[in-house]
Amino acid sequence: MIEHCGISRDAGGLRSGLEELAALAGRFHAEVRVPGTAEGPNPELEKALRVADFFGLAQLMLRDALAREESCGAHFREEHQSAEGEARRDDANFAHIAAWEHRGDGAEPLRHAEPLRFTTLQPSTRSYR
Amino acid sequence: MSSLPDPQLPAGPIAEAWRRSREALPLISPLRKRNLTLLVVGTGLAGASAAATLAEQGYRVRVLSFHDSPRRAHSVAAQGGINAARAQAVDGDSVSRLFADTLRGGDFRAREAGCQRLAEISSAIIDQCVAQGVPFAREYGGTLATRSFGGALVSRTFYARGQTGQQLLYGAYQALMRQVAAGRVELLCRREVLELITVDGVARGVVCRDLLSGALEVHTAQAVLLATGGYSNVYFLSTNALKSNASAIWQAHRQGALFANPCFTQIHPTCIPSGDAYQCKLTLMSESLRNDGRIWLPASAGDERAPAAIPEDERDYFLERLYPAYGNMAPRDVASRRARELCNAGHGVGPGGRSVYLDLRDAIAREGRQVIEARYGNLLEMYERISGDDPTDTPMRIYPAPHYTMGGLWVDYPLMSSIPGLFVLGEANFSEHGANRLGASALMQGLADGYFIAPATVTAWLSGHPTPTIADDAPACREALERARSRIGALFQGGGTLPVDAFHRQL
Amino acid sequence: MTSLSGASGSLSLNLRIWRQDNPGEPGAYRSFRLERVGADLSLLEALDQLNEQLIATGERPVHFEHDCREGICGSCGFLVNGQAHGPRAATSVCQLYLRQFADGATLTLEPWRSRAFPPIQDLVVERSALDRLIAAGGYCSVNTGQAPDGNAMLIGQEQAASAFATATCIGCGACVASCRNASASLFVAAKLAHLGQLPQGQPERRRRARAMQQQMTAEGFGSCSSNLECEAVCPKQISADWISWMHREAR
Repeated sequence: MIEHCGISRDAGGLRSGLEELAALAGRFHAEVRVPGTAEGPNPELEKALRVADFFGLAQLMLRDALAREESCGAHFREEHQSAEGEARRDDANFAHIAAWEHRGDGAEPLRHAEPLRFTTLQPSTRSYR
Repeated sequence: MSSLPDPQLPAGPIAEAWRRSREALPLISPLRKRNLTLLVVGTGLAGASAAATLAEQGYRVRVLSFHDSPRRAHSVAAQGGINAARAQAVDGDSVSRLFADTLRGGDFRAREAGCQRLAEISSAIIDQCVAQGVPFAREYGGTLATRSFGGALVSRTFYARGQTGQQLLYGAYQALMRQVAAGRVELLCRREVLELITVDGVARGVVCRDLLSGALEVHTAQAVLLATGGYSNVYFLSTNALKSNASAIWQAHRQGALFANPCFTQIHPTCIPSGDAYQCKLTLMSESLRNDGRIWLPASAGDERAPAAIPEDERDYFLERLYPAYGNMAPRDVASRRARELCNAGHGVGPGGRSVYLDLRDAIAREGRQVIEARYGNLLEMYERISGDDPTDTPMRIYPAPHYTMGGLWVDYPLMSSIPGLFVLGEANFSEHGANRLGASALMQGLADGYFIAPATVTAWLSGHPTPTIADDAPACREALERARSRIGALFQGGGTLPVDAFHRQL
Repeated sequence: MTSLSGASGSLSLNLRIWRQDNPGEPGAYRSFRLERVGADLSLLEALDQLNEQLIATGERPVHFEHDCREGICGSCGFLVNGQAHGPRAATSVCQLYLRQFADGATLTLEPWRSRAFPPIQDLVVERSALDRLIAAGGYCSVNTGQAPDGNAMLIGQEQAASAFATATCIGCGACVASCRNASASLFVAAKLAHLGQLPQGQPERRRRARAMQQQMTAEGFGSCSSNLECEAVCPKQISADWISWMHREAR
C-alpha cells in the first residue's frame, strides 16, 4: 500500500496494487495460522480480524485513488502535475466528496459524488515557491 | 441506495451558521432522556467527550473500549497542540481566518459549512478543557500561551508541552469517569466491536467480543456513536498505535454506511525510519524540528560516505533549492513527496536508502548546542533512544510515514452516517480536513464533534424518530451475531502456517 | 554506541518469561532463546519475533500489553530482571531497545504483582483499579458548556508547568508494582497535585483528596512504604515529594 497508494500515486501502480492486493487477500485466508481458539484472550485473533478488514479498506483506498483523476492535498497523482512537479487540481470535475457504497464483498462498490459549493472563498492554487 | 442522502447543510449566510442551526434543533425532555440508551464506541477525544457530555445531559450511556482503560486511546499520543480562534488574539486571528485556513489547507475538498462550524466552536473547546484542569502552557502573566504551526500565519495553537493530546484526553477521560461514578455511564473495557446491528435500516446496536472471555455480546441502544479513529494501520508501518483498528467503521460500511474519500491519507515527513524488518511501528518527530533542521541528501546518487565526510558542495538541500520561499518548512505533503522522489532516484541514505538527513549542525553552530538542546530536548532524547545516534553529532535520519486519515465514514452536517441512528465522530468520519489536514486541527475536530456537535444533533435526531427498545435476541441481533461468528470461524479454518503479521507486512 | 545507520549488529538473548494460562491456574517461568535478533529492535519487537516463532511451532504466543509503542499510552509494563520497565530510567518498556543489553544476556520478564492488579494471562494484569481511583474524585466537576473564559483565571507559567509535570502520569502501574506495599500513593498524589495546584481544582480539593485515598484503601493498595522505588521507576519521573504533600492534603 505504501508503494502504490502512499505519497504519490499513478494509474499503473494503483491497478497493479489492486491485483497484488487481491492475491494477498486470497493467500491470507488460505495460509494464515491463527493459534488457539475463539475462547479466552487471543491477541492473534484480534490481529487477524483487523488485517482481514484492512484488505477491504485497502481495496477501497486504491479504487478511490484511481477514480480521483487529479492531484489535491495529500492525494498526488503523477499524471496530474505541472511542469515543475506541483499538484494540479481539477475543480471542474472533482470538486466533490466521493462517497462509496458497498454492494457485496465480491461486487464493485458504487461511487457517489457530493458536489462542494464555495460561497465565501473561491478555490485557489497553493504555492510554496 | 440510488443516490446520496441529503447532507443537511445549513441555509443562509455561512457566518454563525452553526449557532443558528443549533438554536433551531429540537430538544427532548430530561425525563425521556433517562429512558434512552446511547452506545458510544471508542474513548479517544471524540468518544470520551461525547459520552461524558451525553451522560451529563441525562442519557443512559454505555461505552465500549478496546483497551483495558479509556485513557489508552491513541489521541493520547498527539504532540503538537490544538488550534482555536480566540477573541483575544493580538495578531489579527479570527473565526473567519481559521475557517479560511482550514478550507485552503484541505485544498478545497471539504464542506465550507463544516469548516466554518469547527472554527466557530474552537474557542469554547479551550474554555471547556481549561475548566477541567487541562494544564495548558501559560505566559508569564498567566494568560494562555500559543504558538504557530504549519499552514497558518497567526499564533493560534494552544499546547501542553509536547503532550497536548495526552492532557486533553485525560480531561475528557476524567469527565467520563465522573459520569461512571455517578452511574450514568456504563463502561465496558476490553471489547472489540465486530458488527453493527440495524433494525429496519436504523442502527440499534453492535456485536462485540469480550477480549478476555472471548464471548460475543449484543449491545442494543436507541442510537450508536462510532468514535473509533482512523485507518492508517492499513499501512503496516505507520505512526498509529498497533491496536488502532478500523474494524467498526469498515463493518458499518459493509452494512451500508457510505465511506467518503478513502484515498485522502496524510503522510508525515518527519518520522524515525525503520531499521529492521521486525520493526512494527514508526515514531513521529514533531515537525517543529524543521524550524532549525536542514533537510539534505547527497547530491550524487549512491554516495555511501558517512554524512560528515560529504563536503558542503556535494550536499543537496533539496527543499531549500525547490522552495526558496518556504524552504525546509514546505508543507507536509510536499516535503514527503520530494523526499520520496529523491530516495527512489537513489539518493536516499540509511538501510535500503530509505531516509533523508535532518541536520541540526548549522543551527548548533549559529545558536549553540545548549540552546538547541533546550528547545528540542525531549525530541532529541527520543531520537537517541530509538536510533542509538546522538542527533547533535550526527544528522538525524527521517522518512515520511502515514499518520492520519482524512477519509472516513460519510456523515451529513449533523454527523449522522447514511445509516440513520449511526453517528460518526472524530477521525472515524471523513471530517472537515478535506484532502489535507492542518497541524493541530485533529484534536480540535475530535473535541468539537464530541463536546459540542454530536450531543446537540443526536438529541435532535432522537426527538424526531421512534426509539423502540430492541431485545438482545431480536432477529437482527441474531443475524449480526451469526455474521461475527462466521467471520471468526473462517479465520481458524485456514489450516495455514503463517502468522498474521507476515501478511500485514506485505500490505 | 551502536547506530541505526551502520551495521548495528545483532545479539542473542535468553528470555525467562512468566507463563500463566489463566488466573485460576498456577504460572511458571519458561525459557526461550532468541538467536541473532537486531540490536535496533525494541524489547517488545523482540517479543513479537519470539511470538512468530511460537506460532510456527504451535505454541501459544506470549501475551503482553502494548499499544502506542512510544511511551505515552501506558499500556505496556512488566518487570525486567526485577525492575519495573527495565534498567533504563524514565523509560517505559516499549522504549527499551536491545542495544541496551549484552549479547547472551538473560532477561527475566515477570508481570506486575499486586493485590489490586489481578493476573489475567502471562505478563498481563488487570489495572482497572486505577480507573476507579480516578472515578472516585480525580476530576473537576464541570459540565460541558458551563466553562468560563479560559483566561478568566490567570495561572502563572511556573504553576502551570508544575501542574503539568504531575499530570503526565500515564497510568501504567509501575509505581504500584515496584512498591513493597503495592501502594498507589504516587499515582493518587500525582492526580491530587495536578488538580490541587490549579485554581480550577480548588472547590473540590479536600473532598477529592479524601475520596481518592479512601478508594485506594478499598481497592487493596497498601500504604506508602517510603522506599521511593516508585519515583525511580516512573517513566514520567514524577517526584515522590508529592506523596508527603498528599498526606497533608487529606487532613
